[in-house]
Amino acid sequence: METLLAKEIEKKVNHGQKLSGAEAVILSLLCEGVDTVFGYPGGAIMPIYDALFQYQEQLRHILVRHEQGAIHAAQGFARVSGKVGVCMATSGPGATNLITGIADAKIDSTPLVCITGQVASHLLGTDAFQETDVIGISMPVTKWNYQVTSVEEIPEVIAKAFYIAHSGRPGPVLIDITKDAQFAEAAFKYKKCENIRSYHPVPKINHDHIQQAVDLINQASKPYMLIGQGVILSGAEKELITFVEKSGIPVASTLLGLSAFPPDHELYVGYLGMHGNYGANILTNQCDLLIAVGMRFDDRVTGNLETYAKQAKVLHIEIDPAEIDKNVKTNVAVNADAKEALSLLTEKINKRAYPEWLAQFRECNDLEKNKVINHHIHPAKGELKMGEVIHLISEKTKGEAIVVTDVGQHQMATSRYYKFRSNKSNVTSGGLGTMGFALPAAFGAKIGAPERQVIAIIGDGGFQMTLQELGSIFQYKVPVKIVVLNNNFLGMVRQWQQLFFEKRYSSTEMVNPNFTAIVSGYDIKAKKVSTREKIGETIDEMLAHQGPYFMEVIVEKEENVFPMVPSGACVTEIRLE
Amino acid sequence: MEDKKTDQIIDKNIAVNGMAMAEDHSEKTFTISVLTENKSGLLNGVTIVFTRRKVNIESINVSITEVEGVSRYTILVRCTREVVEKIVKQIRKLVEVLGAFVYEQEEIHYQELALYKVQTKHIMNGNKVENLVRNNGARILVIEEDYIVIEKTGHIHETHNMFEKLKPFGVLEFVRSGRIAISKSKRETTTFLKELEEASKIKINK
Repeated sequence: METLLAKEIEKKVNHGQKLSGAEAVILSLLCEGVDTVFGYPGGAIMPIYDALFQYQEQLRHILVRHEQGAIHAAQGFARVSGKVGVCMATSGPGATNLITGIADAKIDSTPLVCITGQVASHLLGTDAFQETDVIGISMPVTKWNYQVTSVEEIPEVIAKAFYIAHSGRPGPVLIDITKDAQFAEAAFKYKKCENIRSYHPVPKINHDHIQQAVDLINQASKPYMLIGQGVILSGAEKELITFVEKSGIPVASTLLGLSAFPPDHELYVGYLGMHGNYGANILTNQCDLLIAVGMRFDDRVTGNLETYAKQAKVLHIEIDPAEIDKNVKTNVAVNADAKEALSLLTEKINKRAYPEWLAQFRECNDLEKNKVINHHIHPAKGELKMGEVIHLISEKTKGEAIVVTDVGQHQMATSRYYKFRSNKSNVTSGGLGTMGFALPAAFGAKIGAPERQVIAIIGDGGFQMTLQELGSIFQYKVPVKIVVLNNNFLGMVRQWQQLFFEKRYSSTEMVNPNFTAIVSGYDIKAKKVSTREKIGETIDEMLAHQGPYFMEVIVEKEENVFPMVPSGACVTEIRLE
Repeated sequence: MEDKKTDQIIDKNIAVNGMAMAEDHSEKTFTISVLTENKSGLLNGVTIVFTRRKVNIESINVSITEVEGVSRYTILVRCTREVVEKIVKQIRKLVEVLGAFVYEQEEIHYQELALYKVQTKHIMNGNKVENLVRNNGARILVIEEDYIVIEKTGHIHETHNMFEKLKPFGVLEFVRSGRIAISKSKRETTTFLKELEEASKIKINK
């Protein structure tokens, strides 16, 4: 039966058969190897949904409860699978509901193709029902967008969309298709896009720059390496380890770089940024060479740029030329894909070790362990702390699960205390900081990596931003584990209010409903834990459970995440308490 | 013609040798020249890059080029060298942009066009306006019963001078075009496009 269908499709693809634009969309997706689409139907995209009806075997459509859920799910799917995430929505509000996710995917370099329906072309610009200028609205937040008004354009535009979304520095692409173009018919032929003359995703390696980089590395006495998501996106994890082990250079990771490098490696020195590790931050201002790979010197990493690594020479390995010299001035820049650049550098650099320099990091880490970490992950008494819950989940999953976080204190606790030992395991909203990201991204991630354990860790605030997606988890029985760390506060904002606004807790306290009752309504197994005695066994039960599982953990109400580099301060002004 | 789109990383030799690069923080007038595919909506994409950084566009001109299907945007801005370079890098990221280049005044030949509308009676009563036109390399474009239109090409200060001189006669309307500029480089657009085509085919060597 299935092979017959496949043959039918094959026939349609290769023989220039006349097809509707709607069917051409579906076949184009199949030609790109898409098997899952997240979406929500509506008036202007009905022909595409109608065409989808006969391809349900080949193209699985996940009906979400809100378009924002569709796009975050597509993001989660893309981040763990390395494939392009696809989502669909109707015109007007359907399309505008995608915008937050598109902006999130843009800043976090996630490859997506979003297809939106649009009113018929003769109605464009007339304020027709559910008409909105989605091309105009999405232009600043997409890598590329295009409005299709004639059926003939569909295969070529979709081919281009996929090529642009996944090549070079990946990003979201939006294709808006008018309803008349979906209804009209044209001969269908599909050809994958291989190049666009005005678009150069792969920089040409400049070997002079490689040599200059090698010279800098060979001359350094306190080199320090910062890695970002570029390593993961380029698939350079192995090349990174080879480079690091030969060069002997200590490595720290950005938020999105977590899971690119083994946290137990002797040369791994920690996590960077506002709530990063003590040594990883302060020693930035003691190194003599700062090597940044596939990262963009976000302000949450650098703090005050005027005082950031001023003593060091800077080597930036980056695929996006617009990131080079954007925030931090480089001495040498290698505009290249991380994998290619690291292999070339490894060949040429000297084998080195920096035991004394590394010892400085160890000293700082010991200090942080005594002053901060032990209190957070092994508290003797009092209410449960976020750190200890994450630490336990990390231990019990051996650091091998995919962990999807939302935004706030729980996110920082997770990036600090979950030991990501498996690649492509850290899914979080980094650049945009989108609350409500985790729940839909987690079920998208589970669909993208069904064989892996997927755990969403969310705060009580963010959980309520996209809670409706419990409906999607219920409908498709997605066996995702949901952990809500509940402190009945918008914890991170409250922390800032405590530290920088003299404890004026303006609109941060939350009066929360009975979460387990709500979740139970979706037939998802739900438990609430508030004691140290119960937490371990409940995590065990959650991990062993076959279907979706919800665990609400009541944590200390006014716990703060430390260390902390206050906003705009120097990385050395990191506070341990 | 301009440097290649792909060849955008400034050689850092000076800095490698330990000498600080000279930095210029003063605001200057820069002419940005952008070669693009002719695609509707792209102008919005280009101007958004300026909007995000709150940099005001002094003038903008879009025209065809000697190559079919290729447009040229000429954009005039006042900002620091650092800001203009960041803007240009972000413009280059737009998929349909073929190339984007920054020029200072001495690197280009440039011109603007201005039109001035004054009452016809001023050329009927004496020859002051006629002399102004003659002495400033302007010309009278049309003469209608109640107004005339004077046309002048030149640099901004020249067309502005003309405006100041016509003011006493009452200027009914004054308009100036965006700058158009041609670089002093000798490379041809078609050669540049061929190089782009090649660069777009580079694959990662993994």
